[in-house]
Amino acid sequence: MDMPAPRTQVLQRRPDIIAALRAVLPEDAVITHETGLRAYECDALTAYRCAPMVVVLPRTTEEVSAVLQICHAQNVPVVPRGAGTSLAGGALPTADAVVIGVARMTQILEVDFDDRLMRVQTGRTNLSVSGAIADQGWFYAPDPSSQLACAIAGNIAMNSGGAHCLKYGVTVNNLLGVRMVLMDGTVLDLGGGHMDAPDLDMLALVCGAEGQLGIVTEATLRILPKPEGARPVLIGFGSSAVAGACVSDIIKAGILPVAIEFMDRPCIRACEAFAHAGYPDCEALLIIEVEGCDMEIDHQLALIRRIAATHAPEEIRESRSAEESARIWLGRKSAFGAMGQINDYMCLDGTIPVDELPRVLERIAALSDSYGLRVANVFHAGDGNMHPLILFDANTPGDLEKCEALGADILRLCVEVGGCLTGEHGVGVEKRDLMGVQFTPDDLEAQMQVKDAFDPKWLLNAAKVFPLAASAGRRG
Amino acid sequence: MNEPVPSAPPRTAAMPATEAELAAMIRECDARVALTGGATRHIPQTGPEAPPRLSTARLTGVTRYEPGALTLVARAGTPLAEIEALLASHNQRLPFEPMDHRVILHRTGTPTLGGMIALNHCGPRRVQAGAARDLLLGLRFVDGTGRIVKSGGRVMKNVTGYDLARLHCGARGTLGVISEVALKVLPAPEAVMTFTQPQSDPVAATHTMSRALGAPFEISGAAWDGAQVLLRIEGFAASVRYRGAQLQSLIPDLHPLPHGHDPWPDLRDVRALSPLGPDIWRICARASHGARAAGRLQAAGVQVMLDWGGALVWAAAPPGTDLRAHLHGLDGHATRLRGTAGDLPECAPQSAPVTALSARLRQNFDPKGLFQKGSL
Repeated sequence: MDMPAPRTQVLQRRPDIIAALRAVLPEDAVITHETGLRAYECDALTAYRCAPMVVVLPRTTEEVSAVLQICHAQNVPVVPRGAGTSLAGGALPTADAVVIGVARMTQILEVDFDDRLMRVQTGRTNLSVSGAIADQGWFYAPDPSSQLACAIAGNIAMNSGGAHCLKYGVTVNNLLGVRMVLMDGTVLDLGGGHMDAPDLDMLALVCGAEGQLGIVTEATLRILPKPEGARPVLIGFGSSAVAGACVSDIIKAGILPVAIEFMDRPCIRACEAFAHAGYPDCEALLIIEVEGCDMEIDHQLALIRRIAATHAPEEIRESRSAEESARIWLGRKSAFGAMGQINDYMCLDGTIPVDELPRVLERIAALSDSYGLRVANVFHAGDGNMHPLILFDANTPGDLEKCEALGADILRLCVEVGGCLTGEHGVGVEKRDLMGVQFTPDDLEAQMQVKDAFDPKWLLNAAKVFPLAASAGRRG
Repeated sequence: MNEPVPSAPPRTAAMPATEAELAAMIRECDARVALTGGATRHIPQTGPEAPPRLSTARLTGVTRYEPGALTLVARAGTPLAEIEALLASHNQRLPFEPMDHRVILHRTGTPTLGGMIALNHCGPRRVQAGAARDLLLGLRFVDGTGRIVKSGGRVMKNVTGYDLARLHCGARGTLGVISEVALKVLPAPEAVMTFTQPQSDPVAATHTMSRALGAPFEISGAAWDGAQVLLRIEGFAASVRYRGAQLQSLIPDLHPLPHGHDPWPDLRDVRALSPLGPDIWRICARASHGARAAGRLQAAGVQVMLDWGGALVWAAAPPGTDLRAHLHGLDGHATRLRGTAGDLPECAPQSAPVTALSARLRQNFDPKGLFQKGSL
């Protein structure tokens, strides 16, 4: 993975740039010491690291604007950072970059249950947004696995999803408005408390643009009343293909669970050894969760049981209590930790059409054999968002490269069957060089023209998303 | 003015049969073209000054429908009625309940998929299921240089690259001609119930709707027609019965409409305001602000209705009335959907930075200025 060489003319002016930043920010908001900078050298994609030139931690939109004006005037690259939980390297700095972290922008600006919205500064974590309204019986729907740590700013940049987006949608479906700062320091509002844009839907464009169009400092979020209850059922199957067919039948029957999670045998065994959730030792299992009052839950679970019964399940385990529900979810929620304990792993994030599930699982198994690397599958089956985990040994020379090659082959397979490279983690630097698999040069050119409109100098997070060769002429 | 305006005969328009033909035609264009789908909104210009018409009427057909994957892909000129019939035969539907604008615009024509996306159509279910943009999985389009571009795909979760697809929702064809659309569809519910409460005040009506929408009963419609609040619940029959009973205990004076009586198509199409006006405005606002706007307009003698729990105000006003003058201090914006009087812009003016960004985007996608506002 390459990153552009730092601009020497920027590095040479480091003292002047720091002085200019200090002039517009409080003393504690500018980090320049080597030890302090090291904390920002990577995000959750830890394989790639590079300490930035400076880190700033503003507290207000005005401070973000002042920093961006300086960087814009002096042609300094900027890397925005939420909580640094990106699995795609979205917050990976370059040595000549100013990192603008929103971690200190955590205020709740407004909560309005009548209008079903809340307004927050975007450094606030996802879980603490829901946490602030939980007592009143409300929640914010997108729930990425990293929700304890990840910031709303990053959720917007990556258009984050989560386990429950089958029913509630992803960030773009739950975002009403943003206040953002363009690279030249211009502050603007898109959307607000209302739905629909008067003209172009630039809110949807900014959502998922990986921090390349502007830095979002405030967000107006749609909030929802919590359902009366929720309950999962666990169903074990003798083959992944049969589990996939069962998912399709449930959806066709008109049931819309909040979550349908899938695990295959390698993953089940690893989770069982780690979390002792009491999972059956079967080829594939589904965890399906439905919501509503007890009667509604009973009704939907009965329908699901009836459909599952036509697929010769090895086990159906319906939760009877909160404790049983927690046990069913325990294994799934500890899947990544469990895999991490037994192996190094790489987590992929491709999405496929749901009806391609059995075929794709077979071909992943064949690829896994041909590379001699094990692959465990755990994913959101209801919406086809796969998370194959490729197991490798970082201490074996050549294993990482082999793992990356297998990962690329699996993502190519996702695109080939009609899917995409990334369902919720984003492109970042990780999948940047595979973009040509999914998009034509014209497709990519059209996307880059959008960045031209927002950031003509290509200073903002510019080495991400697009293959470096494609963006070279623009990055200067 | 209640006479439907007939569409111009389609033979006067250039009608590419494939995306490649469409791209070739656009590459040949060097001046403004009038883009048309099913001609439900387009007012055909006549005379030597009229721009040549470019129609998607022959770009038709469902290219993929997977009921088990809840996805449908079709070419942009496909009539909406054809898609809705196909979905209904599998007990599925477009969850965003696209409004039929022919009623309020007094037009004929055939609503198409491309027009529906270009105008980001939706209906009362917006409060629960969103608008066309929320169910859009991806699309293909030809921009003003004749370049064929795809964005998104046909899967439920996709964050690969920028979302150019949603950028076309509401862009009115000003960034290019949509050629193919992929949508998420959903199962049709087993049962539907509508409850009403008499109410003549829009602010009190919105308060009632907020209470309903703030309860965990998955309200799929919350409207006020000037005389009553209407609340809709959909789902499995047993669920609908349960949630209906809960709703009645939460909100006083709430009564179910008799079975078989479905007021929602007329509410969706704003049929009650259609003979009035003659100007028709659509105001999107924060729900409580929509209620206040409706109150102010009502006091000024303007006929109003509310949808989306108050977040959508429909208004029928005397010709040339500037409704935006009544919205001061409110979070929202007003679009004039019908009526041409005065110098009032059809869409609400936006802030200078947003206007500048919009202009730059349009310049990048349509450097020859082929697709101008108001052409769709």
